[in-house]
Amino acid sequence: MVLRLLKQAWPVLGLLLPLAVIVLLADQFGSISVERSVTEALIKIVTVVGLYIFIGNSGVVSFGHVSFMAIAAYATAWQTCCSALKPITMSGLPDFLRSHTYPVLPAGISAAILASIAAFVFGLILMRLSGIAASISTLAALFILNVVYSNWDKVTMGTASIVGLPTYVTPWLAFAVAGLAMVIAYLFQISSWGLALRATREDEVAARASGISVYWMRLAAFTLSGLVMGMAGVLHAHFLGTISVDTFFLSLTFITLTMLVVGGMRSLSGAVLGVVVISFVTDILRRMESGVSVSGQEIAIPAGSQEVVLAVVMLLVLIFRRDGLTKGREFAWPFARRQSISETKHGDA
Amino acid sequence: MLNFIQVLFDAAALGSLYALVALAIGLVFGIMRLINFAQGDYLTIGAYALVVPTASVTPPLLFGALPWPLMVAGVLATCIIVALLTERIAFRPLRNANPATLLISSFAVSYFIQHALMLVHTGRPKSIAMGSSLAQAIDIFGVRIPGVQLVTMTVTVSLLIGFVILLKKTAIGIQMRAAAENFQMARLLGVRANKVIAFGFALSGFLAGIVSLLLVAQTGTLDIKMGIMPVIFAFFATVIGGMGSLAGAALGGFLVGVTSVLLQAYLPPDLRAFRDAGVFALVILVLLVRPKGLIPSSASRERV
Repeated sequence: MVLRLLKQAWPVLGLLLPLAVIVLLADQFGSISVERSVTEALIKIVTVVGLYIFIGNSGVVSFGHVSFMAIAAYATAWQTCCSALKPITMSGLPDFLRSHTYPVLPAGISAAILASIAAFVFGLILMRLSGIAASISTLAALFILNVVYSNWDKVTMGTASIVGLPTYVTPWLAFAVAGLAMVIAYLFQISSWGLALRATREDEVAARASGISVYWMRLAAFTLSGLVMGMAGVLHAHFLGTISVDTFFLSLTFITLTMLVVGGMRSLSGAVLGVVVISFVTDILRRMESGVSVSGQEIAIPAGSQEVVLAVVMLLVLIFRRDGLTKGREFAWPFARRQSISETKHGDA
Repeated sequence: MLNFIQVLFDAAALGSLYALVALAIGLVFGIMRLINFAQGDYLTIGAYALVVPTASVTPPLLFGALPWPLMVAGVLATCIIVALLTERIAFRPLRNANPATLLISSFAVSYFIQHALMLVHTGRPKSIAMGSSLAQAIDIFGVRIPGVQLVTMTVTVSLLIGFVILLKKTAIGIQMRAAAENFQMARLLGVRANKVIAFGFALSGFLAGIVSLLLVAQTGTLDIKMGIMPVIFAFFATVIGGMGSLAGAALGGFLVGVTSVLLQAYLPPDLRAFRDAGVFALVILVLLVRPKGLIPSSASRERV
């Protein structure tokens, strides 16, 4: 019985255990900068798992998801930030936000829920489209939200940064939220709705013919992924302590999509592995850009190399391993006997 | 009334520019289902080819120093070569991938070009003195029209006519239309895929070169991200017009440009900042009402 449960939960546990070891090592032995890199990567895991819930299960590529991060980040900033300056810099806020400050936990939860509501409302319109038209309109949605948040000066301070959010995000908190995101994603993917959505990904016509409503399944996934993106947005805001609308735009979209594609967008393991690999590579390049000393000599590679390498990695994976590093498989139960292969493949279904 | 005519001219000039970029995107999409986001970066490279790579804000001229026919030829050649290179290296191996994968790969190419340019030219915006004779306004019945706008419109109209002739009358043009209609069938009938696709990319590079010259003549500035907004608008223009339909792309470009200028001119001042959001909302609206665009083509069908 316990073994069965363990097997069922393995795709998540098998990801969480190594991550826990990394966090533990960084927490005990790492310098502050290593600790920050690890936290950042964990937040990226929440983000990419959020992307995965929709893109991985439905097969529709969305370029607009980081907007929901922005929505949640701003929502939590309105509730927790800078009580003294708020009435002046963000005078357009409604009174209950302008003159009150709320505790961080309810603020974070309500912000993530607001993001999922926004995803639901956008989804009501966007999910009517399918294929490439859906992808394009998510891109349009990204631009719409960017324009609105950049110009709604009285509420968002325009393109200026909001500074002074409480920074309470530790590696362990980020790890806990990443775990929560992975559990949500996994439960959704093995649920009957998740299965139905995966069926529409493989063959939309056949799925429709079997009585699956493509619209509602996609909308459910879109809303749920909006919630997880919201969680990522809250973490992001309270990790850096400052937010600005242009952080949540094309560059972040590109990096998170790269992570998902490199890992393999059709499995949860792929989403997580992609983040780990790309974060590791970019972190090393970033350190090299700021200069490393090799045998007494300070060597730095020019700024921008990090992005160039990232783009090349992305293209190489797209060309030579289109299904990503994991090829769309989940971590298999390592102690399986031959005949139980069908069981271990269950998570892949 | 005069004011209105002036606004109309602004609208037509901006619309022409978007139409040219949209045409390039539409050409490539029609043949290989690739929405080429890197189109904007071809034109950025073209613009940067005018100057010598330095960290200076007012850099010495490279192609910009040549007499203008040579300068135009230099920029066009640069854009065409870059377009062909990206096709050969990045897009050809992915030819049978689905449109979403292709779109992601074109994002990667665009990201690559931008940051490679940043490595060479640094990320600072630069200014460049060029085409000052074009910047003078011409007075026509009391309406002042900047020379650049007239040139833009003239170039667009003549290019559109040129394209129609190319596509209807020449062998390669007919092959391109056949490939856009049904790629498999065209190949079976002896159309050479590599040649037609490479020609499509060369044309899109050519258009990028033209647009980059027009843009630089208008603004006199260089910026790593200067290609992004034109390509975004043009990209949405092709969607509105109908993916893969060239007439649709040109029409969509005009519509987007005109809508943008009209909203800027006639929205109440409080809402003016949100103008672009209105244009993008128009995209979603058109997709909802007519998912295949205003002028649908056979290319907008999903291939089974």
